[in-house]
Amino acid sequence: MLTLKCPYCGILCDETELAAGGEAHVKRAGPGSSDEAFEAYLFDRENPMGVHFERWRHAHGCGKWFLAARDTVTMEVFGTYKAQTTEPPEEIVAAIRARRPEWEGRA
Amino acid sequence: MSFRLDQGGRLIDRNAPLGFTFDTEPMQGLSGDTLASALLANGQTLVNRSYKYHRPRGIVASGAEEPNALVGLGQGARFEPDQRATTTELFNGLTAMSQNAWPSLGFDMLAVNQWVSSMMPAGFYYKTFIWPRPFWKRVYEPLIREAAASGLPPKEPDADTYEHFYAHVDVLVVGGGIAGLQAALTAGRSGARVLLIEQTPHWGGRAPVDGVEIGGQPADAWIAASLSELRGMDNVTLRARCMGAGVYDHGFALGYERVSDHTPGDGRPRHRLWKIRAGHIVTATGAIERPLSFAGNDVPGVMLASAVRDYVVNYDVAPGRRTVVVTNNDDAYRTALALIDAGLEVPLVVDPRERNDGPLARECARRGVQVETGAAVMKVKGRQRVEGVMLCRANGTGGAGALLDCDCVAMSGGWSPVVHLWSHCGGKLQWSEENAHFYPDASRAPTGADGEPFVSTAGAASGFLRSGDVLTDAASKGAAAAGAEAGEDPPAATDLEEVPMQPVWVMPAQALPELQSKMFLDFQNDVKVSDVRLAAQEGYESVELAKRYTTLGMANDQGKLSNINGLAILAKTRNESIPQVGTTTFRPPYQPISFGSIAGEARGETFQPLRRTPMYDWHEEQGAYMEPVGQWRRPYCYPKQGESHADAVSREVMATRGSVGLLDASTLGKIVVKGPDAGRFLDMLYTNKMSSLKPGRCRYGLMCNENGFLMDDGVVARLDEDTFLCHTTSGGADHVHGWMEDWLQCEWWDWKVYTANLTEQYGQIAVVGPNARAVLEKLGGLDVSKEALPFMGWVEGELAGFPVRVYRISFSGELSFEIAVPAGQARALWDKVLEAGREVGITPYGTEALHVMRAEKGFIMIGDETDGTVIPQDLGLDWAISKKKDDYLGKRAQERSHMSRPDRWKLVGIETLDGSVLPDGAYAVGEGVNANGQRVTVGRVTSTYRSPMLDRGIAMGLVERGSERMGEVLKLATTDGRMIEAKIVEPVFYDPEGEKQDV
Amino acid sequence: MSEARSPLGGAVCQGEGAKVEELPAQGMVTLRGAMGDIADAVTAAIGLSMPSQREIVIAGDKAVAWMSPDELLLLMPHAEVQACLTTLSERLDGTHHLAVDVSDARAVFRISGAGAREVLARLCPADLSPAAFGPGELRRTRLAQVPAAFWIDEAGAFRLICFRSVARYAFDVLCGAARGAPVGFFPESDAV
Repeated sequence: MLTLKCPYCGILCDETELAAGGEAHVKRAGPGSSDEAFEAYLFDRENPMGVHFERWRHAHGCGKWFLAARDTVTMEVFGTYKAQTTEPPEEIVAAIRARRPEWEGRA
Repeated sequence: MSFRLDQGGRLIDRNAPLGFTFDTEPMQGLSGDTLASALLANGQTLVNRSYKYHRPRGIVASGAEEPNALVGLGQGARFEPDQRATTTELFNGLTAMSQNAWPSLGFDMLAVNQWVSSMMPAGFYYKTFIWPRPFWKRVYEPLIREAAASGLPPKEPDADTYEHFYAHVDVLVVGGGIAGLQAALTAGRSGARVLLIEQTPHWGGRAPVDGVEIGGQPADAWIAASLSELRGMDNVTLRARCMGAGVYDHGFALGYERVSDHTPGDGRPRHRLWKIRAGHIVTATGAIERPLSFAGNDVPGVMLASAVRDYVVNYDVAPGRRTVVVTNNDDAYRTALALIDAGLEVPLVVDPRERNDGPLARECARRGVQVETGAAVMKVKGRQRVEGVMLCRANGTGGAGALLDCDCVAMSGGWSPVVHLWSHCGGKLQWSEENAHFYPDASRAPTGADGEPFVSTAGAASGFLRSGDVLTDAASKGAAAAGAEAGEDPPAATDLEEVPMQPVWVMPAQALPELQSKMFLDFQNDVKVSDVRLAAQEGYESVELAKRYTTLGMANDQGKLSNINGLAILAKTRNESIPQVGTTTFRPPYQPISFGSIAGEARGETFQPLRRTPMYDWHEEQGAYMEPVGQWRRPYCYPKQGESHADAVSREVMATRGSVGLLDASTLGKIVVKGPDAGRFLDMLYTNKMSSLKPGRCRYGLMCNENGFLMDDGVVARLDEDTFLCHTTSGGADHVHGWMEDWLQCEWWDWKVYTANLTEQYGQIAVVGPNARAVLEKLGGLDVSKEALPFMGWVEGELAGFPVRVYRISFSGELSFEIAVPAGQARALWDKVLEAGREVGITPYGTEALHVMRAEKGFIMIGDETDGTVIPQDLGLDWAISKKKDDYLGKRAQERSHMSRPDRWKLVGIETLDGSVLPDGAYAVGEGVNANGQRVTVGRVTSTYRSPMLDRGIAMGLVERGSERMGEVLKLATTDGRMIEAKIVEPVFYDPEGEKQDV
Repeated sequence: MSEARSPLGGAVCQGEGAKVEELPAQGMVTLRGAMGDIADAVTAAIGLSMPSQREIVIAGDKAVAWMSPDELLLLMPHAEVQACLTTLSERLDGTHHLAVDVSDARAVFRISGAGAREVLARLCPADLSPAAFGPGELRRTRLAQVPAAFWIDEAGAFRLICFRSVARYAFDVLCGAARGAPVGFFPESDAV
């Protein structure tokens, strides 16, 4: 039963107020993309034990999608941020590195 | 014979007698009793039978750890099985029934099992019932289930109510003993919001029973003062009868409050499940005494030493008249003293330690209690009740020993901290050689959202067994939990010094196998020392495997008494240390909690939200047969008096196609999409082009997911240059709206588009059939002529004085108008339409008539023709897929080679040769078998109905290369093994030219 | 045109510590747009200042609530909705926005009495303590199994909105909670 802070409305949401949306920062491959790129878009997911980026929607709330950086083993949350970005913001990366110096960055 | 003594009893009120029954026998207890103390007071030692051997079982403990005393409580709609007598407060009129015994507790037929117990060792079931194979399902399983059944399930719906309560606090303290009180005091004084919960009705825990002094006064005085101070704090909430059931991620905890178990039927909820978010959780959950493993330790009358003390001190009940104490530690000497204080006999304290000259032993000697060190109980005499003990040397093999008469044995194998809540969310343990128990490793605490520890333990739960250490620990943990500086020191708590305990896992130490097979570890599941040894010998060495193989700790006490003792045996057999063997996983709940409390308000009418349209009441008044569509309830049909559903559906179809029908279409999703980029956005969402749609016009569209599979469909109306209204399927509105917002927020966030889900704002009424226009004209106010409102057009205005938008769209192939009206006026307009249509016999129709009519027209239905693996091309919907667009959601996926294979299953019509109706989902079979040896299938039925218009069965289906096989006859298999022959035809059965809808 | 009917026709239930009433149809407009772009139009249309994050600005029978960073909910008497929409449309001509009448899309409940906070705390995971939630704030959350939003009105009672189709469900769970025995978790002095 996680709690995540919605970066749009500032509420510390109960997990039951949220809808999970899978891995974040997946790059869309549209028409013209190679089979490999399209396969990666549709099916390849990191599924790490450790630092992970994921999509959440504040479904029982402001309705906005946001992104969260979280440790999938310890449930530690390094930060949440708005969805309008293709990469984790610098402050999130810094927060992860501060807590997980061994983290090798996103694959 | 009464076992109630004549003075004392901290928790009982002698002036308030309560009547209750056990196995229909009337008994009397006192206010303040638990069911267990009242049973003991009535001399009822035998309370249950064990699970496997049906051995006689008595009360062992006085609290949550009780493995034996499970009863069926209450009657009828308030009956509940498997309730612990030790945690059940007595009330007037309580009825309890023993379980697991037939025909009676005293004489149980299945007790023969115990005489053949040597033939039923660990793994007995796995080894015995494996052969012959078919016997398992028909013979063995039913028999075992019958024999092993514990409590019976209740037969009537639960008469009680249950509720949830969400509480947000800075500090949750679990456990109201002196540690919990001290932790709450320290945290509360700092101003933190504190919730303190205690599973029993009483505060203070064991300290008053153990004779602890705090600040120079008896513990009771300090407890009363602490409670008074806590109750005076606005920021502290105290809750007795509330168990900490589980600790979960990010400071979430469950509190299980038994609000009215002791006052059933008083109008309050029975249980309240607290859903707690805490900044920090302090578990002050105390410790549980361990049994000793000697032969016959399961005979009724053998009890934990602490429990014997509890019954005497708290309830003034004598579990026996003449009690032998057997202990490997000093604490149980207190039991001997308490018994002597109560005027009861203690012929002997048996202590396996070589010598004991500690103050407690000296006090016993001073009071005339004989102490024999270096000694052990070899075995207990007696079947349904302790009659005596045979004694022997502690380190021997258990040769013939002296017999000592007694009617009760108080045993203690040491104390184990209650680490469950600490462990639920990942807190780790370490082993104490000194106390021979696992205790929390504070350096490896469960961590929360910020990565910092969020659970700490206080007092005995930390592994501190002396009261002075308990208070000091609790004060510092309470302060730390509140993020405060350590305040003033807690008062000094004192109790008598104790000499070190000595681990004893088997008694006597070299006990022969014959004795080991009578030493019970798990009393409820009948797991013995010999079973654990056997499991290890047979290779089930891992603690998790040994647990499952022997069922050690798998009963509903979850091994509270048996775990450590079992681990020790396993460790010894493996020649390893106990910490090397490790523990099994502690999982919530700490004790079983009621299903009712988990469900809370989600039962009966409010089991799940039921969505109602504005016309719902009308449907009900008409006696409509309702069906669920997602969470909506929609009329399936409106049967008249004596009419079958099938007949009603036929009548509704005929009436609609013959004159005019009326459908409540309010459940259709309605999403407005607006902005300069709205057209571009919808071009991405739908497979066809929406941006070219003219204002005032409608277009049918398909939505696919990125796998290319058809996800939703519906009609889009362009309201003005930059505004579209997208209709979705009834079940799909929320999903489609979320889908739109997902793409707008997460992918194309620079596009200027806003959406709003207006599904609930409008009621929608479909007026359908050749006389539909006449009905609308009669309502008046709007020009609905073919010229003013052509097919696939819409107009806005007033109809009969109602503000409406009318769409000329058709899902039936008939002349059809869908009228959208604000939901608050929808029922009134519905009534008006009925009235206006009366002279042409307007007929309300339900979802089934809608389905039949759409199937007659070959229109697909999401969820029937689609199942998440079907692309629009499979359904012959290529006309609705734009070839010009560079991109739309699903386009890339539809370019995958598998999606364009020529042998894909394609949508066709299917007509049985004999005119019968095909079974839904029937498979068309081909020649030969597939790689798995199964008959080849070449297609399946997706929709099948009787067409009233054609008076025959019609069906749609997906068939391999179906569109190229018109006229071919298929064989379709029924579930009863028959084959039905049916011809592949075009999927449009009725009015193939589409003349009727465009008039 | 007929009178707009509220979903439950004014259902009422009285529990030990709280009363739950369904209120008559309430005029409501959803307005989406960039907050900076729409502020003047909002003031012109409803006469209230813009709410900041999670705020609701209330004056008499009108209110403006912050629903998300680009969405407001405007509350007004039912009869004033068309005028409001007209003003918004005039003022926001040329500005990217969406303004729609949602008056009929929802049910409105009033929960009053000393136990009102406890009623909601039985059903919503939000922190209902007076320290965490007070007048001037709108909280969108989960009411048992459906989305809902609530705030405290000028008389100190809770107002709660949910979608129309689940009005009966919401009323039933609210009444069930209102009939529960007092929990006594919130300090008494802070009862509304």
